Parts: sequence; C-alpha cells; structure tokens
Amino acid sequence: MAYSRRAVTAVFLSSIAVAMIAISVAGCGASNSGASSTDKSAVGASVANAAEAQAPTANTGPVELLNVACDPTRELWQAINEQFTKQYEHDTGRKVTIKQSHGGSSSQARAVNDGLEADVVTLAMWPDTDLIRRSGLIAEGWEKRLPENSLPYYSTIVFVVRKGNPKQIHDWSDIVKPGVQIVTPNPKTSGNGKLSFLAAWGSVVTRGGTEDQAKELVTKLYQQTPVLDTAARAATITFSKKNIGDVHLAWENEAQQEVKESGGELELVYPPVSIRAEPHVAWVDENVKRHGTADVAQAYLEFLYSPRAQLIIVQNFYRPNSQGDREKYADKFPPIKLFTITNVSKNWDDAIARFFNDGALFDQIFEKK
Amino acid sequence: MNRTLPGFRLTLSITLIYLGVLLVVPLAACLFKAAQLGPAAFWAAVWTSRARSAYFLTFSASFISAAITSLLGLLIAWVLVRYEWPLKRVVDSLVDLPLALPTAVAGLAYSALYVENGWFGRFLVPLGIHGTYSRLGIVLVLTFIGLPFAVRAVQPVLESMESDAEEAALLLGASRWQTFWRVILPTLKPALITGFALSFARAIGEYGSVVFVSSNKQGDTEIAPMLIVSKLEQNSYAEATAIALVLLVMSFGMLAFINVLERRSRRHYV
Repeated sequence: MAYSRRAVTAVFLSSIAVAMIAISVAGCGASNSGASSTDKSAVGASVANAAEAQAPTANTGPVELLNVACDPTRELWQAINEQFTKQYEHDTGRKVTIKQSHGGSSSQARAVNDGLEADVVTLAMWPDTDLIRRSGLIAEGWEKRLPENSLPYYSTIVFVVRKGNPKQIHDWSDIVKPGVQIVTPNPKTSGNGKLSFLAAWGSVVTRGGTEDQAKELVTKLYQQTPVLDTAARAATITFSKKNIGDVHLAWENEAQQEVKESGGELELVYPPVSIRAEPHVAWVDENVKRHGTADVAQAYLEFLYSPRAQLIIVQNFYRPNSQGDREKYADKFPPIKLFTITNVSKNWDDAIARFFNDGALFDQIFEKK
Repeated sequence: MNRTLPGFRLTLSITLIYLGVLLVVPLAACLFKAAQLGPAAFWAAVWTSRARSAYFLTFSASFISAAITSLLGLLIAWVLVRYEWPLKRVVDSLVDLPLALPTAVAGLAYSALYVENGWFGRFLVPLGIHGTYSRLGIVLVLTFIGLPFAVRAVQPVLESMESDAEEAALLLGASRWQTFWRVILPTLKPALITGFALSFARAIGEYGSVVFVSSNKQGDTEIAPMLIVSKLEQNSYAEATAIALVLLVMSFGMLAFINVLERRSRRHYV
C-alpha cells in the first residue's frame, strides 16, 4: 500500500510541475495567444515545417505559399492561383504550389498571430490585416508597398430584395420603413455586419444629415433585423434559403452570386450611396523571411494587378482596381457613390471604438429596448 | 483492491497525466489569462447586464431542455427495453445520431423546419409559435442534442431490472401507478439524474447548433458561448476567458450539486 501511495504522490506532483511549466510558457506568449492557440499553432507548426524544409532551396526549387484568406473568396483564389502558378512557372521556371486557408476574416487574423504560417494574407477588412501588423509579423507601412494602397480590388454593400421589389426599396431610408425586415450579420462578429452599419450611418452623414438622424436610422435598422447571424454566408442563407426578411445588406460580390443562384426570385438594388469595402492584401514579412518565400509572395500579390487577374476578379464580381482595368470594366458595375471609412470616422480604430466596442453605439441600440 | 490485473502504477500514472495535460493545463491557462485582468476589470467583464442575461439564458434553456430530455429519454428507453416491435433495432441506433451529427447541421435543419415557410413553421408561425430565432428554438435544438445522453443513461438500468420486484408489488396489491412510482422509479432515479446531468452539461457548452437557431440578439437570444466568441472577435481575449471561467465555475457548481443528489438517491433506495 505504502509504495502505491508514494507513486500517487509522485505522479501527482509531476503532473502539477508539467502544468506549471505549461502555464509559464503560456504566460510568455500571452500577448498573442488566444483561447484556440493550442490547436491553431499546432496546425501552423506543421505548415511551418513543410515550408522550412524548402527554405534551403529557395529561388530555384519548387516553392509553396500559404494564402490565408477570408471566407467567401474560395472561387476567386482558386481561379487566380491556377493562372498564377502557370504564369510563374513560365516566367521563372519555378514550380509554385499555393495552399489556401479560409475562415472568418478576424479569426484568420488571430490564427496568423497565433502561429498559422501565412505567407500572404488576403482578409476582408483593414483592421484584420492591421492586427497582424500590431503583432509585429507585418512591417509598418504595409499598405504602401503595393499599388492602390494594397487594394487590387474593392467592393461595396448593396441591397438584395425579393422579386419585383415589393417593398419598394431604393435608398437607405427605405429599408427602415415600417414593416420592412432587414437581414444582415452581427457587426460585433462580422465584417459584412460592420460595413452594413457604417454604410447606413454614412448614407446619412455624408449627405448632409446629422449624427442624430444617423443614430435614428441605425437604431431602426437593428430593431427591424429579426436575426443577427454571426457571419456573411449565414445571413445569405437566412435571406435566400429561409426566406426571412425583405432586404439583405450584403457585399456586392456575395449579392451578385446570391441573385444569380436564386433563379429570378431575388433582385439586386443599388443604393445611391454606400461604403467602399476594402479587402487589403499583404505578405507577412516575418513568415516569408523564414520560409524564403519573399520574392514569390510579392510576385503573387503583384500578379493580382495584371489584366488576367483583374478579369478573374471581375468575373467574381469584385470591382477591379488596377489603373487600366478600372475604366475598362466600368460598365460592368452600376455607378454608385462610394464613401470610405474616413468619411464617417477618423479611421478604423476610431470607428470601432465609437460604434462597436462594449457600451458603444451598437450596444446602446439594444439597451434602450 | 483489485489485483487481477497488474500495473496499477502504470494505469494510474496514465490517468493522472491524462487529466493533467488535457484538463488541468488548459483550465489553468484559462485561469491565468483571466487573472491578467485584475479583480475590478474581471468583474466589469463578467457581470454586465449583457453577460448576466446570457448566463441566465444558457442555464435556463439548458435546464429546461435537460428536463424535457430526461422525460423523453425515460419514455424512449422504456419502449426500447420493454416491448418488441418492428424496426426497434433501427430506432435504437437512431437514438445515437445526434452524437455523430455535426451540430451545425442540426441547427440548420431545425431553423429550416421552423421558419415561416418551413414544413413545421408554416403551421406554427401563424399560431404565433416561433420555433426558430427565438428562445423556444434554442430549447428545441438543445433537446435534440441532449437526447442520446438521457436515453443511454437509463436504458442499461432498465435492461438489468428484474421483473420480480414489479411482480411482487403487483401481487401485494399495488396499482400499476404505485408500482411505477414506488418500485420502478426509485431504482431508475440515479440513472435519470445522470442522464439529466449529462444532457444539461452538454447543452451548456453547445454552440454550433444554437447560433443557427438563435437570432443572436444581445440581452435576448444571445447564449453565453456566443458572447465568448463575440469577445474573441473583438480581440478581448482576457474578457472572453473571464466569461468562460464564470461559465465553468457555474457549470461545475451545478454538476457537483447534481452529483450529490445522485449519490443521495442511490443511498436511499438501493
């Protein structure tokens, strides 16, 4: 009996020691470790090993890139990757394989910070890319490294309505008419959600309205929203498949896709003004340095501005943003007056603090009830 | 002490290491992260009106669904054990389906059924019954998720119950109801409580299905796990872990209480 009790004590003490070591390790990385850090970094580590194995042969042998992208861009990147790998092998003789990782934009940013070894990030919103800059993985001034502020394409928020537009929705003030139900994701968890909120807000303040009027509009908007889905695609399903609501506030590319797939049941409505949605692209400095993929990563992102890539971008309903192609495809996209984040707020950080943080404007809408 | 198999030291070591690495370390990390906040900030993060209503919703919806699940589970287990009928085997294996099904699928299916143009919704919504994007929807889907636990907890006990006690009760002049209430139910009670506890615990942690059937409105239909995700999206890691910790402590307290109940019921009746 005695020996087994000693064994129990020994094992128990050693497991406590293990626990304490783990805690101290966790403590060191505490500044950028989230709740999901363990599994994320495990995934990241395996990707890292694969990439590092190739580092010595950099500049000649086959190379692999990991593009960490936001959720609804699968088709876009699939088409672009196919073209780029062909082009790159043709130009340099090097074989490049591009791996994709898709997920909610801000969780993707967190995953990269927690150790997902992204060579390039193509996320939906500026704050997500900038979050990676804050952790030191992306260099300061990253927006200036590529043409057009690192924006090879852009988009906006538009309306999707039911066939024949029965509620006569044409402008932002129409979506809050009595009896109109709105579908759009939760601004707290979704980029689409934040952009919808800011678009509605900006539709008032950029056209001479006061902030009080803007507040009234967004208050009604969320009171008339029966469901706050957590992400863009879920909101699309709620509107198009479950027939909830009269108007869906969505990314233009998502809306185009949604209307195309509805077989005539849904229509697109362009409001006169909306927000410019800016999905920036960037290479992740620290990671490409370690993988020896800096040149490929840069070539990959520069390729996005080429006519071939811009055509794919247009085919996927994003607005092309290279100098030549902006005008070339102008007729494909109805004119719409787009304002940027700086028209409604000082910058993104300011907008998030003012509208979406705890106790900020969005929370106040729900507290009033 | 059981000496049939050697290796007590080995098996116990594995047990403790397993518990240490898979349970204690993650929980300690959680505690550590939340501890960075300091008492005032911790309290401010975990006791907002939004958080309170999320805890209340999570625990009340889980409790109600676990209660429904326990009743349904007893009924289903009874039918499966006590009677012979065609397709019994099929139904028996169907009971486990919610365990294998990704819960997001369950959530999508439930909300599709209960929306206005869904198979059930088209009849229920005109009556004012909203089986999705409401608190009722959350309870419905949690009941689905928890059912296997309740059935599987009761079923083996029912199977091993000899009929002599029942027969004796009937011979001694007890009515069917008395037999059930005084003889069968006390025997089943510990198993029922276990089933309740399992499905209750399962419901508290459930996220995947609930986000699809809930309208996720703060202060109304936002469950606590959803609040945690929402905090993470805002990069408030410490706050998210603080809320997780509160949820954990509350769950642990309730499960411990249920455990005590279960033990008591065993002592009194068996």
